[in-house]
Amino acid sequence: MSKSNFTRRGLLKTSAVAGAGLALPTIFTAQSAHAFTNEPTGGTVTLGFNVPQTGPYADEGADELRAYQLAVEHLNGGGDGGMLNTFSSKELDGTGILGKKVEYVTGDTQTKSDAARASAKSMIEKDGAIMITGGSSSGVAVAVQALCQEAGVIFMAGLTHSNDTTGKDKKANGFRHFFNSYMSGAALAPVLANAYGNDRKAYHLTADYNWGYTTEEAVRASTEAMGWETVAAVKTPLTQTDFSSYIAPVLQSGADTLVLNHYGGNMVTSLTNAVQFGLRDKQVNGKDFQIVVPLYSRLMAKGAGANVKGIFGSTNWHWSLQDEGSKAFVKSFGTKYGFPPSQAAHTTYVQTLLYADAVQRAGSFAPCAVGQALEDFEFDGLGNGKTLYRGADHQCFKDVLVVKGKENPTSEFDLLEIVEVTPAEQVTYAPDHPQMGGAEAVLGACNNGA
Amino acid sequence: MEAIILQILNGLDKGSAYALIALGLTLIFGTLGVVNFAHGALFMIGAFCAVTFSRILTLSHTIIDETQTDFLGNPLKVDVPYLYDLFGQATGDAIIDWAVPLSILFTVPVMMFVGYAMERGLIKHFYNRPHADQILVTFGLAIVLQEVIKYFYGANPIPTPAPQAFAGSLDFGALLGFDPNLIIYPYWRIIYFVFSAVIIGAVFAFLQYTTFGMVVRAGMADRETVGLLGINIDKRFTIMFGLAAAVAGLAGVMYTPINSPNYHMGMDFLVLSFVVVVVGGMGSLPGAVLAGFLLGILESFASMREVLEILPGLNQIIIYLVAIIILLTRPRGLMGRKGVMED
Repeated sequence: MSKSNFTRRGLLKTSAVAGAGLALPTIFTAQSAHAFTNEPTGGTVTLGFNVPQTGPYADEGADELRAYQLAVEHLNGGGDGGMLNTFSSKELDGTGILGKKVEYVTGDTQTKSDAARASAKSMIEKDGAIMITGGSSSGVAVAVQALCQEAGVIFMAGLTHSNDTTGKDKKANGFRHFFNSYMSGAALAPVLANAYGNDRKAYHLTADYNWGYTTEEAVRASTEAMGWETVAAVKTPLTQTDFSSYIAPVLQSGADTLVLNHYGGNMVTSLTNAVQFGLRDKQVNGKDFQIVVPLYSRLMAKGAGANVKGIFGSTNWHWSLQDEGSKAFVKSFGTKYGFPPSQAAHTTYVQTLLYADAVQRAGSFAPCAVGQALEDFEFDGLGNGKTLYRGADHQCFKDVLVVKGKENPTSEFDLLEIVEVTPAEQVTYAPDHPQMGGAEAVLGACNNGA
Repeated sequence: MEAIILQILNGLDKGSAYALIALGLTLIFGTLGVVNFAHGALFMIGAFCAVTFSRILTLSHTIIDETQTDFLGNPLKVDVPYLYDLFGQATGDAIIDWAVPLSILFTVPVMMFVGYAMERGLIKHFYNRPHADQILVTFGLAIVLQEVIKYFYGANPIPTPAPQAFAGSLDFGALLGFDPNLIIYPYWRIIYFVFSAVIIGAVFAFLQYTTFGMVVRAGMADRETVGLLGINIDKRFTIMFGLAAAVAGLAGVMYTPINSPNYHMGMDFLVLSFVVVVVGGMGSLPGAVLAGFLLGILESFASMREVLEILPGLNQIIIYLVAIIILLTRPRGLMGRKGVMED
């Protein structure tokens, strides 16, 4: 009499093991046959655009997505070629990347770190994205950069301004074209000293999160070095919807300058409140009271309306720049969409071209090869003058724009005027600068995944 | 001393908004017994009525200005409001400048209709369902409404300034004999406070001194008996829902110059307003108003630098802390009826 080993328990166990094996993310299994994560094998290559499509930064995310779509069009030989015609590197010829047609998938970061990681993970594992790019917040950028490092894909950061992205939290697989808090402080301080003098008492209101801290630290350090005194620095909750109780005591403190380390909706509200309270009409210590917004975004400055007039800040790029690269980009974007691009659109468009160019020069999509091609790469013609992608921290070093809210705007896009283009040398710092996490912050080794 | 006066003033305008929203919430809870989580969305829709009205006022036709160029180097297209054609530029500009106060005339009928449609179209189907069902459906409605607004108006805040006549601030300290600049308070916030007081007074007067109000109050006390007397109380309660929506809408309209409206402003106020209702006492109209102002002022004090240096983060929890203390020591709230929420 034969006895079968096929029992109900055995079947369940076998099914569970087989199921678990099948359910394992492809990132850990199927890729092992390839040299690196999501190695493209067919005639196409997929890029993952991870932008806020919902939530408070959705308008900025929409502009980033427009720029990505334009970049893909140009890489595949469509449109007028935009900045491909002005880029100093001539590797890209409109035939895709390494001859492969560029396709893309999109994810919604919702400006939440967990949602951004989930959408990036899905694009890597399910859609086979070879590179992830985007984001409109430093918290999101740092989180997604860490994920890409683990997964073995390149992360080309979008709009992220915190020092930490290429400082304390830098990663070998992550690259940032956008400027940072240190650069804003270094560019703004001399202009502020020139306009308002060296003897000022500043009161900081700072958004209570990663970006707020690094911006306050950078602006304080730079302005104090110019002779300013910081009277007080108060952290404000990110969810704050009315800043009156924070702004009202500013005059009582004896401060004559208010620095708003706020971005997005926070910036719109705090600036509007400060102007409503008539701070700018007051005289303190024998000087006119002034307000400073270290990081300007034209898209968001729109929300503050006329309140931005005459207020200094810094920006990564502005559509009114007259270099050939900027003009080409504004023409392409403006013709396609009917309005000028934002700085978020510019940085994401440029990041896509820089990635594609690096792959082309490396002759490979392998993240470590691409990273090597980007490290210490010097280029021009992409809107910010001569730029260095520094190998030590994967941060771009280029001129920084100091801008001021325009007194007499001619259109709804014409909100800011450039008052100074601060040369790259003036905003360059050592890779182990204390504001960047010091000597303890390291890039680590690049990861090819698979 | 000046710091205390300043924070009391600051708390008053915030408290005005809380009180107006909480008043509407309490009206709906007291009459229909519905916990309306979409009430914050009504505040937001009110604010966007002001945005819409100011867009209507600035409806324009385009002319080409050959002397100027746009960002692409083409001749500049200039929008000329139709109001200029009708009344001339100076009068047109003056009307556009007063868009926010004028939009009250537009907002009241729109919000009455929105409230009526919301009650008849959705909420009436949930009268006899548990509060949890009501909360879920109204919360869902709030999310749908804010996404609809975001679809049409975008995610960024939209500047909606007060008339130029009310720009700037009053040096309150100088009036009281303090040094100049110590206690300043924006004119529009003073107007917001006065406006809230008028609206709150009008609602109370309506309920207290009109026959309609008397019937509604009777219905709030004993719905069944009023129904047995042959009065169609449901119809009156529907009108009260419309009235509550209009109050929330007006609170939103007048708030737009204080903060540029955005699609999630309703949610920002909703939770706080519920706390206000609970602290004031569920169903108590004077309680809602008192708690609104009280919590607004407490929140302002908790945001003082001197307080935050001793107790960091207090500004973020103060309202909830007060709610916990009230619920533990006096579950019916400050002015709630005995027995409500106490069993």
